[in-house]
Amino acid sequence: MSKQITIDDLNIFYGDFRAVEGVSMRIEPRTVTAFIGPSGCGKSTVLRTLNRMHEVIPGAHVKGSVKMDGQDIYAAGVDSVNVRREVGMVFQRANPFPTMSIKENVLAGVRLNSQRLGRSEADDIAEQALKGANLWNEVKDRLGLPGSGLSGGQQQRLCIARAIAVKPSVLLMDEPCSALDPISTLAIEDLINDLKEEFTVVIVTHNMQQAARVSDRTAFFNIAGTGKPGHLIEYKDTETIFSRPDKEETQNYISGRFG
Amino acid sequence: MATEAPARPESHTAQRAVVRPGDRIFSLASLGAGILIVVILAGVALFLLAQSTDVIKASFEDPTQITGGKGFFAYVWPLILGTLVSAAIALLVATPFALGIALFTTHMAPRRLAPVLGYVIDLLAAIPSVVYGLWGLALAGHLTPAYQWLSSVLGWTGIFAPGADGVVSQTGRTILTASLVLSIMVLPIITSLVREVFLQTPRLQEEAALAMGATRWEMIRMAVLPHGKSGITSAVMLGLGRALGETMAVAMILSSGGLTLSLLVGGNQTIASEIAQNFPEAAGLRLSELISIGLVLFVITLLVNMGARAIVAKTSVKGS
Repeated sequence: MSKQITIDDLNIFYGDFRAVEGVSMRIEPRTVTAFIGPSGCGKSTVLRTLNRMHEVIPGAHVKGSVKMDGQDIYAAGVDSVNVRREVGMVFQRANPFPTMSIKENVLAGVRLNSQRLGRSEADDIAEQALKGANLWNEVKDRLGLPGSGLSGGQQQRLCIARAIAVKPSVLLMDEPCSALDPISTLAIEDLINDLKEEFTVVIVTHNMQQAARVSDRTAFFNIAGTGKPGHLIEYKDTETIFSRPDKEETQNYISGRFG
Repeated sequence: MATEAPARPESHTAQRAVVRPGDRIFSLASLGAGILIVVILAGVALFLLAQSTDVIKASFEDPTQITGGKGFFAYVWPLILGTLVSAAIALLVATPFALGIALFTTHMAPRRLAPVLGYVIDLLAAIPSVVYGLWGLALAGHLTPAYQWLSSVLGWTGIFAPGADGVVSQTGRTILTASLVLSIMVLPIITSLVREVFLQTPRLQEEAALAMGATRWEMIRMAVLPHGKSGITSAVMLGLGRALGETMAVAMILSSGGLTLSLLVGGNQTIASEIAQNFPEAAGLRLSELISIGLVLFVITLLVNMGARAIVAKTSVKGS
């Protein structure tokens, strides 16, 4: 299921503006990789190129290659819609569809992929996904109620359930806990730990403790100044990054010293 | 707050909040504006009611006095039907177009084209209704071949049946033509309102759908349309309000004649066109009659608006 991601000399542009320059890295299957760095350094941008979501912004394009198990997702003839079915995404703010029930939210992606879905089959998929997102016990008695009635942390786990229901190979998370309280954050972090059994997980976070807690590998991005492109500074095992980084820039950032 | 109210005897200041003159003036002004609207509405209603009493009385005492000779109700119901039918056809034609145009300009069109297209649609609203009437008259003649064909294919349904002489109206001045012109007149209202609603679709919802691998159309069905449901309803209802009350264009297009089932022959009046066509020569009881059908139109539009509110309140989406 889980896939390896190889990024080779990736440059990301918004129109003429180069937002990210020369990123190369390899993300192994069944690992959690954290992207850290100051705001505007391009870590979210890089994340969004992994499922071609940056293309939602008009004028955005890339140079270089992103390969999933050797297949270039930017090759001619590759449909971004198919890429996104393979690479799930969870956003900064929980965004369940407000008009759908909890169960329908979970099944939304599945219904896109296979239009006809038997009732018991649908029930099974929803249960599996909700169990996978550690939400089943909290919502099993109210699957028919709207998803917007859940708490923030539950909504975020509902979005994770929705993303994993389609059985993607990669799961991208863009600051999934930044709007949550510590207890909900803990629940999501535990979940991320479970998720890496099945998926390649890439998470963007501003919280360095979180990166240290959940990830196997950490990539530090930085930006030379406003208007300059972001760079990948260092990409190593999480333990190494946080204990003895190679670069002074990394050391400064993780210890809270800037400039 | 940096500034403090000047010291006053403690017994007063402790209990009463400070009222600033600006707040006071503003709240009175807005209260006045609110009351004025209610007063005007009540004034219009009272005027219509007072003027209609003669007709209602006459209708009970001696129905032959009323136009048509069978009392007020017999006089007014064909007009109500004509009004509702023409408005319904106009909406039926305009709504799918409006939704399509709004979706195209907000989610499909190339970025340079979209604002231009939106502007052109808004310009349609700026065309005076007399001009629409003239245009409708010019259009009417060209529609007759299409009507002829329609009656030969769907004549058996009754609503597209040819006239007694076996042919459809040769001038094309029928209620169907009027409805089609109406649909173009309500198109800009519905389109621009729906466009606003679609533009406000939360980006998060759209991205949620896209990130699951939804195509653009699937994204629209999952995120944009559910979000816009109540907005679409209220836009259509506002369009209905305009279609019900539109007078000039309809009065110019329709030829005189009573209610007929077929949409393709002359006749079929709306309340507004009946008033506009007869008002200049009306006096006495006839004038009062026209005012009272105005009251009927007023009540219908009021009900439509109330209905629209109720639907919007029921269907609006909670949460982001």
